[in-house]
Amino acid sequence: MDNLILYSAIVLAILMAIPLYRAVIGPTVLDRFMGVSAIGTQTTVLLIMIGFMYHRVDMFIDIALAYALLNFISVLAASRYFHKQKGLTEEIKS
Amino acid sequence: MTVYISGLLIVGGLFFFLIGSIGMIRLPDFYSRLHAAGIIDTMGLLLSMSGLALLILSDFNLGNILSALKIILIVVFIYLTSPTATHAIVDAGIRAGLKPWSKK
Amino acid sequence: MKTQQRKTSFFLTFFILFLFWVIFSGKFDSFHLSLGVISCFLVIWITSDLLLVTPDMAKFIRLFMGFTLYIPWLIWQIVLSSIHMIPIILSPEIEKKINPRIIKIKSRVRDEVGLVTFANSITLTPGTITVAANIHGDMTIHAIDDECAASLPGDMGEKIAKLFAD
Repeated sequence: MDNLILYSAIVLAILMAIPLYRAVIGPTVLDRFMGVSAIGTQTTVLLIMIGFMYHRVDMFIDIALAYALLNFISVLAASRYFHKQKGLTEEIKS
Repeated sequence: MTVYISGLLIVGGLFFFLIGSIGMIRLPDFYSRLHAAGIIDTMGLLLSMSGLALLILSDFNLGNILSALKIILIVVFIYLTSPTATHAIVDAGIRAGLKPWSKK
Repeated sequence: MKTQQRKTSFFLTFFILFLFWVIFSGKFDSFHLSLGVISCFLVIWITSDLLLVTPDMAKFIRLFMGFTLYIPWLIWQIVLSSIHMIPIILSPEIEKKINPRIIKIKSRVRDEVGLVTFANSITLTPGTITVAANIHGDMTIHAIDDECAASLPGDMGEKIAKLFAD
């Protein structure tokens, strides 16, 4: 069973490259936020899998919870901030 | 037995993560990509987290029950906050004047 | 607010907060439990006008029972619509399969919490995203194809309207 968790964690880490691609090339700033938010959700799962590998799930769950919180706050704050930015619309037009 | 079910759930969660990630690349515009991000946030998270919680519960004692409860609380928390984050992003897009892609 | 109602909702909030404390701390000795009691009282004291909003016990219990029935149904809807999204995303000609449009619907729900629940449920179901909602029940929704657009408000609106009917 340890092997399954290990391989799932590796697959998940590789899967995180796809939203990362979107976050890097994304035509608008909002696409980048979306990619970062998806990576954050996958990281929450990955942290618990890492906890299984080290046999310390009780500790890593707290880290995952804090990570989920921070992910929510950062996406919310960043998209509120870009509300008023002229740079967003200019990037869309170009 | 529980172990096999949880392994199946984790693999299912990874499959939906894959579907959501592919959707984020292939869909044509920003609004429709948000639907694919929604799959990652709801279905992939639900399946993989329930698989991990079942895997913890296969060794049954009080500490593990608390850990499984915490995992369920993480899922509840993300289910409460993910629509809010999605709405914040969509709202920023609408206010910036981003036009939705549509069929000709 | 009457004193009796205030007391009820105070103990209800305290009970919920303390349950969360016990789950997250995971220690049952008297030192940690008393720390939990102190911090729960502090939180209730600071946020008293934010958290103590439950008007009466009967409505709270009715809502609680309604939600325990509603949430499994919502999860089933999420599963169904995720499976509906798989062939759309994997199809080689993706631009022929999807038909994104913005639709406007009118909801019968008037309760504020009910509207928030409805909007969040729509966003949680893959395929539909709530763009805007207001207190009169007008909702603007971005749907990815015809089937998702046709499914609203549908069963979900009925269930929430029944749940929050006075």
